[in-house]
Amino acid sequence: MNQLWVAIIAIIVAPIIGGFLAGIDRKITARLQGRWGPPIVQPFYDFFKLLGKSRIATSRMQFVWIYGYLVFMIASLVFLVLKLDILLLVFLLGFAGISFVLGGFSSKSPYSHFGANRELLQILSYEPVLLLMALGIYAQNGSFMISEILKPSSEPLLASLWPIFIALLVILTIKLRKSPFDIATSHHAHQELVKGIMTEYSGPYYALIQLTEWYEIVLLLGIIALFWANPLWIGILIALAAFILELFIDNIAARMTAGWMVRFSWAIGLVLCILNIAYLYLMKGV
Amino acid sequence: MGIIHTSRIKSPWIIHFDNSSCNGCDIEALACLTPLYDVERFGIVNMGNPKHADVLVITGPVNYRTARVLKNLYAQIPDPKMVIAVGTCACSGGVFHNCYNILGGVDKVVPVDVYVPGCAARPEAIIDGVVLALQKLAQAQGVAK
Ligand code: SF4
Repeated sequence: MNQLWVAIIAIIVAPIIGGFLAGIDRKITARLQGRWGPPIVQPFYDFFKLLGKSRIATSRMQFVWIYGYLVFMIASLVFLVLKLDILLLVFLLGFAGISFVLGGFSSKSPYSHFGANRELLQILSYEPVLLLMALGIYAQNGSFMISEILKPSSEPLLASLWPIFIALLVILTIKLRKSPFDIATSHHAHQELVKGIMTEYSGPYYALIQLTEWYEIVLLLGIIALFWANPLWIGILIALAAFILELFIDNIAARMTAGWMVRFSWAIGLVLCILNIAYLYLMKGV
Repeated sequence: MGIIHTSRIKSPWIIHFDNSSCNGCDIEALACLTPLYDVERFGIVNMGNPKHADVLVITGPVNYRTARVLKNLYAQIPDPKMVIAVGTCACSGGVFHNCYNILGGVDKVVPVDVYVPGCAARPEAIIDGVVLALQKLAQAQGVAK
């Protein structure tokens, strides 16, 4: 019963936190560009406005997949707050990404197809690193359970897994669709592919995508916070610092190509992860 | 209806369409997004995608080619939507009004809510136009769903 309440509260509170983070994102970005910027609650205005718009359907399957995206994302968040298996969490996150891609492919718009192809490339770049992160946590703790990480006696993962942490920061940039990895949706470069994979979603369905993104921000920052789980508030501070760092990177970096993204995330992310895990195994002789 | 109604006024996303203007008005429309005028203060974002937009900002007179595109764009914007004609050309055809290829003002093709005259319309006037459009949206009862 207790667990049920924790899950329900997380499902309600996470989008509120995520929305405010998105608002802070827009505000800080505007300040960095010498503008005043919208109010912090602007994402909520956008969300409710989109809910009130008319529904224009381009294909029916699209909407099934967009609900899948939302549900899988919520499921992985529930895995996090209930301190379950981190490997399964990564798989659920993968399912969410795939649902989004299928949603992009299910309409006939070329922009949407372009975006979906690029989203696949994004998954190709971040999924291996996330899997290796789970493996690294296993090598360190001997268990995939998040409850094991949060045990009061355990020491911070950051001490032994800092290369994986750096790889995770790269992944965070890809997942949050920030420059230089703003590839599948193009937040600002409309001239290139309109809105990429999101082009065909309008009104309430676009609001659902925003909602999912808010869940995603909270989920990813939660995973980052796990790297300093005792006491957890240090972890949360680290996660917020990582978020602010992403905003700075977003504003100083240019958009790069999709191929560059895959090469970069594999060359940096995968190598760091593999070295980290190899070192752990050699030292512990598992 | 309260929160959705407020949100509509707080978050107008625009799409900017250039018919066949001399580019003067386009530059002024884009100037609104720069740090000097920063319309994102009011939640105005340039979306570049008709399916996400609320306000269609049109510059330049309609010619026979762009009329079709304009109709298509207008149809792709989900309701409720607003149309602003920016510049004398978009209002009436302006200096191009009796060219062989020009149909005239934007209102020959799509219904216009707000006219912003001027050659070129100044950014302050364009922002004023958007504010007027939002007031109209706020007063509109029973907007099409
Ligand atoms: S109103 Fe003037 S500045 Fe604007 S498009 Fe027409 S001629 Fe150019």
